[in-house]
Amino acid sequence: MKVTVSVNGKQIAAEVADRTLLVHFLRDVAGLTATNVGCDTSSCGACTVLLDGRSVKSCTVLAAQADGREVTTVEGLSGDSDELHPMQRAFRAEHGLQCGFCTPGMVMASVSLLAENPSPTEDEVRTALEGNLCRCTGYHNIVRAVLAAASEGRPS
Amino acid sequence: MIPAPFTYKRASSVEEALNLAAQAGEDGKFLAGGHSLMPLMKLRLAVPETIVDIGRLGELSYVREDDGHIAVGALATHDELARSGLVGSELPLLAHAAGQVGDPQVRHCGTIGGSLAHADPAADLPAVALALGATFRTRGPSGSREIVADDFFLGLFETALQPGELLTEIRIRKPQSAGWSFQKFTKRGIDWAIVGVAVQGANVALVNMGATPVRAAAVEGALASGMGPSQAAAHAADGTSPPDDLNGPRAYREHLARVLVRRALEESAARA
Amino acid sequence: MSILGTRVVRTEDPRLLTAGGTYVDDLRVPELAQAARVTFVRSPVAHAAITGIDVSAAKDAPGVVAVLTVADMDDLPPPPPDSGLTGTEGAPLPLGGPWSEPLLAVDRVRFVGEPVAVVITDDRYQGEDAAELVSVDYDLLPAVVGFDGALAGESLLFPAAGSNVVCATGTPADGAAFDGSDVVVEREIVNQRLAPVPLEGRATAARWADGKLTVWVSTQNAQIARFILAGALGLDPANIRVIAPDVGGGFGAKIGVDRDGLIVAWAAKHTGRALRWAETRSENMLGMTHGRAQRHAVKIGGTRDGRILAYRLQIVQDTGAYPRMGGFLPFLTSLMAAGPYDIGHVETAYQVVVTNATPISAYRGAGRPEATAAIERAVDLFATEIGMDPAEVRRINLVPADRFPFTSPSGATYDTGAYVEALDKVLAGAGYAELRAEQERRRERGDVQQLGIGVASYVEITAADADGGETARLVVHDDGTATVYTGSSAHGQGHHTAWAMLVEAELGIDMSKVTVIHGDTDLIPAGVGTYASRSLQLGGVAVQKAAVEVKEQARRLAADMLEASEDDLELNVDLGVWQVRGDPASSMTWAQVAAHAGEAGLAADVNYTEGKPTFPFGTHLAVTEVDTETGKARLIRHVTVDDAGTLLNPVLAEGQRHGGIAQGVAQALLEEMVYDTEGNPITGTLVDYAIITAAELPSFELLTSETPATINPLGAKGIGEAGTIGATPAAQNSVIDAVSHLGVRHIDMPLTPARVWAAISAAEEGIAR
Repeated sequence: MKVTVSVNGKQIAAEVADRTLLVHFLRDVAGLTATNVGCDTSSCGACTVLLDGRSVKSCTVLAAQADGREVTTVEGLSGDSDELHPMQRAFRAEHGLQCGFCTPGMVMASVSLLAENPSPTEDEVRTALEGNLCRCTGYHNIVRAVLAAASEGRPS
Repeated sequence: MIPAPFTYKRASSVEEALNLAAQAGEDGKFLAGGHSLMPLMKLRLAVPETIVDIGRLGELSYVREDDGHIAVGALATHDELARSGLVGSELPLLAHAAGQVGDPQVRHCGTIGGSLAHADPAADLPAVALALGATFRTRGPSGSREIVADDFFLGLFETALQPGELLTEIRIRKPQSAGWSFQKFTKRGIDWAIVGVAVQGANVALVNMGATPVRAAAVEGALASGMGPSQAAAHAADGTSPPDDLNGPRAYREHLARVLVRRALEESAARA
Repeated sequence: MSILGTRVVRTEDPRLLTAGGTYVDDLRVPELAQAARVTFVRSPVAHAAITGIDVSAAKDAPGVVAVLTVADMDDLPPPPPDSGLTGTEGAPLPLGGPWSEPLLAVDRVRFVGEPVAVVITDDRYQGEDAAELVSVDYDLLPAVVGFDGALAGESLLFPAAGSNVVCATGTPADGAAFDGSDVVVEREIVNQRLAPVPLEGRATAARWADGKLTVWVSTQNAQIARFILAGALGLDPANIRVIAPDVGGGFGAKIGVDRDGLIVAWAAKHTGRALRWAETRSENMLGMTHGRAQRHAVKIGGTRDGRILAYRLQIVQDTGAYPRMGGFLPFLTSLMAAGPYDIGHVETAYQVVVTNATPISAYRGAGRPEATAAIERAVDLFATEIGMDPAEVRRINLVPADRFPFTSPSGATYDTGAYVEALDKVLAGAGYAELRAEQERRRERGDVQQLGIGVASYVEITAADADGGETARLVVHDDGTATVYTGSSAHGQGHHTAWAMLVEAELGIDMSKVTVIHGDTDLIPAGVGTYASRSLQLGGVAVQKAAVEVKEQARRLAADMLEASEDDLELNVDLGVWQVRGDPASSMTWAQVAAHAGEAGLAADVNYTEGKPTFPFGTHLAVTEVDTETGKARLIRHVTVDDAGTLLNPVLAEGQRHGGIAQGVAQALLEEMVYDTEGNPITGTLVDYAIITAAELPSFELLTSETPATINPLGAKGIGEAGTIGATPAAQNSVIDAVSHLGVRHIDMPLTPARVWAAISAAEEGIAR
């Protein structure tokens, strides 16, 4: 079937198998490989992107379900600007990534969190990220990064 | 990791959804938020040949007051329910439980209708529906009907829904009592409940204490006969058949049920 | 001021945060443009004879290029002869002999997940469909499950070997050693089987063209991978190029290239088609090696005033279906058995057994977490028996600071240490006295939520294979930039940042002008890679030494250019220019100096070994709240000293500590790979295998301690595994401590709510523990 998704502001249209997962549409059709697949039980969140502004696990969404809708991946976070998005800047400043595999999903989940809760407590950040697994960082600096981005104050 | 091949159909109305489902027959499944069905399909534990996507049926996504009831459209997401001012003020049990389903990404997609129709006994909302004494409205090939929650959950992943019958609305009478509590016991925040308890007034329902969500009838009877929370909670496991699994033996779940029912009743009483 | 020792954010990050890393499955290189996809057919049973494989239906499925089984493997060298080594020398077992492991299963499968066939399809989605059509006939054999099942020997995985015991060694038990002790405690302890679960699973892509094999693999060691490929496939290493792109975590389970990766490489050569493979998580849970899986019998004896006199550690190592690492892990466990304590008599012994489960290999700590967990439990058991505070017992027995270098009774010589100081720092930082007071208040009130405080002191061995050394090549280009070619192989550790810091510190070339390259055997033919927490003390030192050599070459060149004597030449590190002393106008940039080097270029190659391992150490203190009605434990504070010598970049060191603590706590509280009595895995997905999330952890309290290593100019020891080693026993001890007043003495890991509650119930029923 034909699926058209607006990805980071750009229309991507393709004829794909009905069962195509959104994450594979993004990686293989749109050519955006930052979003990763880390599991097959919707547990790890490495595939997290924004669908119409809200975080979803793109491995558990069919490309067909995203037809006609807007997806934002980490590649599209800074828009047309050369500058890093505040969340990206915060992750770097706080050493919130090591191997980087969980990072795109972690960043997008964090962006979605602040869009819904601009001033979270540490506990709220930790709970909000429970669907994003990281094996490298122990989450300590990720939490610091999200809190730093929140206090910098720019919404979404 | 990849679902078996299937044909995708998208419904633009409830009518069309029913027709597509009828055409698909036994090997068709409705797709709402997809967060119960897709995980099964990705592991090939479910292999429907046709998927009828009802996710765009905006007319099934609402929360409103209606004649002393709160009417929730089946496609309302867990996140919408958790954030809804109306649900928060009138049905805080539902708002609170919906806010604990899975994680934020799951809550952005998963729907109350999908969760109820899927009927996993370890899921939270089926037990909440029992505690709230909900009534489900459906539309199917033979027309519309209402099913009370107590008659809805028949077995493991089995409901009273007929093939091709679509859950459209969940109706909950505004509770008389302000007392409520939701106790979800897990190892990690994202886990399915090892045991869960939903209390609304005098109604007590249990998560993961059998093949279906169950009313803790013995507890309710004890409360009705005037027993206090501790005494009544001692009966929490009566008549239940909890699983024996990785998270603990049967006896442990029975013990948890007693502890959590007591805590739930105490918390509910404090709120009443 | 030198940049070394300062907090520097990573150069790796802008790319990882925007375009994302390029992991094997992200590669979009021309060589793989026509690559087909590999999907494995794996055994669904734990132990069976294969009596038939029918690939006919699969071959006809859409998109199928080939379906390969062992019958197609007619182009491999024969296995090496049995060398008779049994793994007791602390080394992995060789390939030949009765324990050898095939690539695709031959006539028997020995664990659920073992590869039996590969299906090659044009695209990924078709692969899963076609794999389902491969029909394999299995004649079930009795499964060998668990330590006792293996030891009983009723069913043998390798009948030709005559036993499930791969090797056994160690000191026979000497009862007399405990005669002088007032108090002796014995306990059986399990250090449970774990899954490493790096977020990126295993992935390999391969292409055979013009007599050369190129393999892209998610690995910690490209050069070792090449060596393994050459041996397995019968190729000259000169005809193999291995490239490690970005790697999404390894934790020891991606050392070299493993069996499934070898199969992919072979299949690419066999079919002549470029291939790529990236496993699913379900495959990873069973196909990637597991960790730990030791059972310990500990015996500890000492005096009533807290002095430990004797300790015995007897180990059974479950090595899974194939003894890949042989005796290596329990060898390290035995070596570090005595921990940071001065104990008069220590004896160790181990047996390695095979079971019908995933093979065991290194996992963050690799043998040392097991040693520390055992002795730290033993010390707590001893402390409880004599009624002494567990921190106090440790203080009495820790090796004092004036005794270094200290040769421990289990055979390792600890280089430098300040063990008591580390303990005291942590106790002070945690507010130990107040914590004990709060615990006492809750006990008196009979609170449902009890407080537990767990202490663990540790010493660990890093660069255990120090003889292997590490390589570095440093080139300064005639545009003033520099390139480091390192043998180390970062997969999250931040070496590119650290090595650039070293170049800037030594040569004054700004970090932004330093490119670091790793993981490509064409560019870096010799190197060892990253494991055993070796990279800074070997790879980093190699980089520094290369910089020093470059500096001396540059001095000669600059002297020549400036017509001055070499002795009068100074490198102004702040400005990054060469000057004649006392003549600031005489300035040569690195670009100019490099240009002057001509054909030879300005470069240095170093192959460095310090020849000996180093011994970081520390203390962890965990504070948990335990709900005594449900058994649920919650970690509320975790305070540590992890002293790995002089810190190069505190940011990187902290990150390593955080990650290690999280994995260590996860072992104590949540994780376990579980098999049923038929050898079927029950925890085969991330729904059931409980990886720890942000919601289960607090922020950590890391205290600073730097006791330099004396063996290398950076004063560096390894930090990568220390956090895991200290955190597990601290967390375990704290939960047991929370309910010790109820009579609980021990709970095996993971301390899940059900286990904790069972222990509380048993203690309350007065069952002697």
